[in-house]
Amino acid sequence: MIESPETIAVKADHLYKAFGRRPHEIVKKLKAGKSRAEISSLGVAAVIDASFDVKRGEIFVVMGLSGSGKSTLIRMLNGLWETTSGTVTVGGTDITGVSAKELRDVRRKSISMVFQHFALLPHRSVIDNVAYGLEIQGMGREERLAKAQTIIDLVGLAGWADSLPSELSGGMQQRVGLGRALAADTDVLLMDEAFSALDPLIRREMQEQLIELQAALGKTIIFITHDLNEAMFLGDRIAVMRDGRIVQIGTPEEILTDPANDYVAQFVQDVDRARVLTATSVMEPVRAVVTKTAGPRAALRTMRDLQTSVTFVLNRDRTFAGIVRDRDVLKMVKTGDADLRTIIRDDATTVAPDTALVDLVEPSVGSDLPIAVVDSKNRLLGVIPRVTLLAAIGNVTTSTGELPLIHPPATIPVNVITDILRDTALDGAEA
Amino acid sequence: MNDFRIPLGTLIESFIGWITVTFGFVFDFIRLIVDGAFEGVAFALVTPPFYAIIAIAAAIGFAVRGWKFAVGTVIGLGLILGVNQWENAMLTLALVLVASVIAIGLSVPLGILAAKSSVASSAIRPMLDFLQTMPAFVYLVPALILFRVGEVPGIVATIIFALAPGVRLTELGIRGVDKEVVEAGQAFGASPWRILRQIQLPLATPTIMAGINQVIMLSLSMVVIAGMVGAGALGGEIVAALSRLDVALGFEAGFAVVILAIFLDRVTAGLGNGSTPLGRRLAARKAVRHTADSKAPPTAVPAPALV
Repeated sequence: MIESPETIAVKADHLYKAFGRRPHEIVKKLKAGKSRAEISSLGVAAVIDASFDVKRGEIFVVMGLSGSGKSTLIRMLNGLWETTSGTVTVGGTDITGVSAKELRDVRRKSISMVFQHFALLPHRSVIDNVAYGLEIQGMGREERLAKAQTIIDLVGLAGWADSLPSELSGGMQQRVGLGRALAADTDVLLMDEAFSALDPLIRREMQEQLIELQAALGKTIIFITHDLNEAMFLGDRIAVMRDGRIVQIGTPEEILTDPANDYVAQFVQDVDRARVLTATSVMEPVRAVVTKTAGPRAALRTMRDLQTSVTFVLNRDRTFAGIVRDRDVLKMVKTGDADLRTIIRDDATTVAPDTALVDLVEPSVGSDLPIAVVDSKNRLLGVIPRVTLLAAIGNVTTSTGELPLIHPPATIPVNVITDILRDTALDGAEA
Repeated sequence: MNDFRIPLGTLIESFIGWITVTFGFVFDFIRLIVDGAFEGVAFALVTPPFYAIIAIAAAIGFAVRGWKFAVGTVIGLGLILGVNQWENAMLTLALVLVASVIAIGLSVPLGILAAKSSVASSAIRPMLDFLQTMPAFVYLVPALILFRVGEVPGIVATIIFALAPGVRLTELGIRGVDKEVVEAGQAFGASPWRILRQIQLPLATPTIMAGINQVIMLSLSMVVIAGMVGAGALGGEIVAALSRLDVALGFEAGFAVVILAIFLDRVTAGLGNGSTPLGRRLAARKAVRHTADSKAPPTAVPAPALV
């Protein structure tokens, strides 16, 4: 798939960063296929052959444990550290090998940064900190303070403009850090473990606020973290790093359901799957299904064949109508009534495809029916029986093999149904 | 073989002789400048009546540390006046001020250079080691040859002697500024000069102030030794007392030095560490290092409490 250049905010192309006396030699050996351990006598390879595109308006998370090279990687994206090999393109401008002045220009206009330990100027007030990027851009004092004030309100620090950073709590200090980056009004925001130094509760709050701000402002965000749950929560796409290499890039669901190797699989096993996986990724194809016009006999036959007591009913235009139960259908068949509509129940729970599994638990507990997954046009996409939900949350199997499907079990013996079907068929023939 | 010795001293002697002849005009020029500065400051300190100077000193003491220190200043300076060392003390103060202002003017930029460049740092460090460990008297000899008898060789020797802590603590202070904050400046596109001015210097101020305090204290101790090369003032009195075994004069001049030392130390330390009203105001703007990271606090100046 080829992306047009306008949609790509940051592009990293075969980035290498090595520390040591002769970094270029290290890179040469790595390119020739030597491993990181083999070159360890020469120095350290912090980042090895990293390539990725970050799309405009995307939250791209780089996830890895400490020492995996993620902090080095992010510092190459704005040129704080020079790349040993490879190129970085920000908004169409190649920033590798440009002069210090051009690099400063790119940082002022295109790419700003939020730091792990906030890195505020301790001797300046909150508003002056927020306005710092604008000051460097050369904006006049009046104008930049006015703009900084709107940003302060935006990040929820109204009333603290004249305080010193040391008077603020950690979470509030990071809001200043975030505000400073937002005020600079660059397209790209680099966030280096921005929430790692915060308490878990505050961190959650900041994550939610970041997503809100991103939705409102449409910034491209490159977020570094060592916390997989944070990566899963924030990321549109995640790059998993290990020992300087990117081992997998994908959406949170792809990483979770289809890990590229054992390392990623091991990494994701502790993740809160229920919050990441959505209805779409676990739903089963619907088999016990009839159209409304098919009539009770077809419904009963379907249920007999599938050994279930419930079948889903669709309208003519394939939209979801409801369910019918075997006893009702049986009665109807006996009475010879042909209109399913009178016995359709609407007690099946329907959910949207992007519902997180955690929100499926309650409806699943409340009813023995599989949960119906319907799209915005009310078309039935699939169903989630309780067993499927449990298996997905518990990560019982990562193979794609079919799980034994257990619909609500049949309540009427097969031979009874068969007899009745035959009897009524005869009646029908006689009539 | 017993006669062999490395002619190190002779080499340095001929080197000094050579630069005296070749660069004589340079040293004459330096002499002119330093002498002019000293005469000016000395005139400003000696000419006004003693009570005016005491009042100004007390006012400074009050602004920096509060009324107790102001009272102590008045008593201390009164004692100097009482033992009839007022003029000598003012001349010594003038020597110290001129020497330490020049020393600070040299050492802070050198410290910044050393902090910015590892090459400069590794070049400067052995020179500082040399300056700090060479016995102070040794500087007097070439200074005497280059600048002739008087205040100037004393001041120049003092500057060289007092330079080192200013350079070291400036470098330490700037290198000790939180890396992330400096990175923040870079990440928003600030120029190196702007980062120095707006981030590194303000955050390094407490450490740099400690260095300045040390420069002033070393200047004071050296200025007394400089009395031996005709710098006069309290140093001259002490040298005279030594040659005449005059215990009374020696202690009177000595006490005057101690009083000046305490005054200068408390004032400069107070400006640096935020333990004073004025210092606190400066510190509120500058000294707050970021709280999340556990960084070592800036080097504190050990100061015996007297006032």
